[in-house]
Amino acid sequence: MPEPVLAVDHVFKYFGDYPALHDVSFSLNGGECLALIGRNGAGKTTMLKILAGLSGAAQGEVRLFGDSPRQASARRRIGLLGHGIGVYDELTAIENLTIFAQLYGVSAAVARHWLERTQLAHVANAPVREFSRGMRQRLAVARAFLHDPALLILDEPFTALDDRAIALLQGLLAEAKAAGRTIIMSTHQLREAMELATHVALIERGKLVHFGVRSAEMLADPTYVYRTFGAA
Amino acid sequence: MVFLQIAAKDLRSELRTKESLNASLSFAVVILLLFSFAFDPSSEAVAEFSGGLLWLVFAFAGALILNRSFARELPNDCLEVLIASPVSGAQLFLGKTVASFVLLMTIEVICLPIFGIFYDITWIPQALPLLGIFALGTWGMTILGTLFSALTVNLSLRELMLPMLLYPLMLPALMAAMRLTTILLAGNAIAGNDMVWLRLLIGFDIIFTALSLALVETILVR
Repeated sequence: MPEPVLAVDHVFKYFGDYPALHDVSFSLNGGECLALIGRNGAGKTTMLKILAGLSGAAQGEVRLFGDSPRQASARRRIGLLGHGIGVYDELTAIENLTIFAQLYGVSAAVARHWLERTQLAHVANAPVREFSRGMRQRLAVARAFLHDPALLILDEPFTALDDRAIALLQGLLAEAKAAGRTIIMSTHQLREAMELATHVALIERGKLVHFGVRSAEMLADPTYVYRTFGAA
Repeated sequence: MVFLQIAAKDLRSELRTKESLNASLSFAVVILLLFSFAFDPSSEAVAEFSGGLLWLVFAFAGALILNRSFARELPNDCLEVLIASPVSGAQLFLGKTVASFVLLMTIEVICLPIFGIFYDITWIPQALPLLGIFALGTWGMTILGTLFSALTVNLSLRELMLPMLLYPLMLPALMAAMRLTTILLAGNAIAGNDMVWLRLLIGFDIIFTALSLALVETILVR
């Protein structure tokens, strides 16, 4: 049996005495897409930060491609789209993408390709601070997809996106899933998430109260997960 | 050589905004000017504390540059993206240290002739050894300062915390750099018993470079 792309094994995380994550375990294989849902403060972002190697677990183990998330080989295969756009305002769009291309060992030509893909080629040499919000978000998407990551970690990716950026991101995620990439995204946009997800996890007060395959009921009624598995 | 790409990125960002460069340079020049009113520049005593005065200016101006080192990554959560990239914590740290080192050396090279004019001190014959001491002292300051910049980056009082942590710990390097600079500005060569200060400075740089590179990954991933 092949090793899962992502394996979370009895993970605990505390902020002081507060248990941000309590005994969380799940795994995902290639081509699977997990919608991680839960209310604000439930522990979704903490979980994603541990997966991205930004934070360590107090107990338990996380393995990405069989390695620790802090191994460079694992991080090379992650695409991260967090709350912030992760690009530099004072640099131009092409400078931003070229820097990240260098850090991931990708050719500068790929940076140009992604500017065209995100319809930003005409502003390649303009500083990001002059961009509209939608343009900045598309640049962030280009930055996250630049190195063709095998695992996409997305923290509320649809929040505050304009319609053009939502369409772009949905298209790219569907394409990535079809190409066998693994996706994990936290979100409050249940309808968009259910359409894309193969699996759904509900997290409440740091505990994983549900993890399973996305069912037809969940697709028909996105609040089904909260109503069925969530606390009253 | 990923650290050079990080350093180039930081330098390019700084040259576009000139946030810390302008603040640090104007602060250094103002302190030099104010001290020149406080002391009689023609007095012989000036030569005795010239090294100390110069390094105090560098240390204060340096804090302004070092504070921005990791704080530069906070807008748009760029630090998270860098930590999640395949770049190791050590490479990221080294890149940031090199960028701060270049910026601080620039300030120092500009300040030296201004200092010479204000305090009537001849420094040109000793320019090369002085630059060597500046480089050694500045590396010690930037390596420790960048480490504390990473440590305090998420604190609301980081502008206060960084100097509070940095200055006591860099005292040995600061004392050595002050002493060696004073010797050079007096027109003497570093020799005999004074070599101990040079050894102290080099030892400080090596120890804290190794220690910082070993610790930075733990500091960045909490």
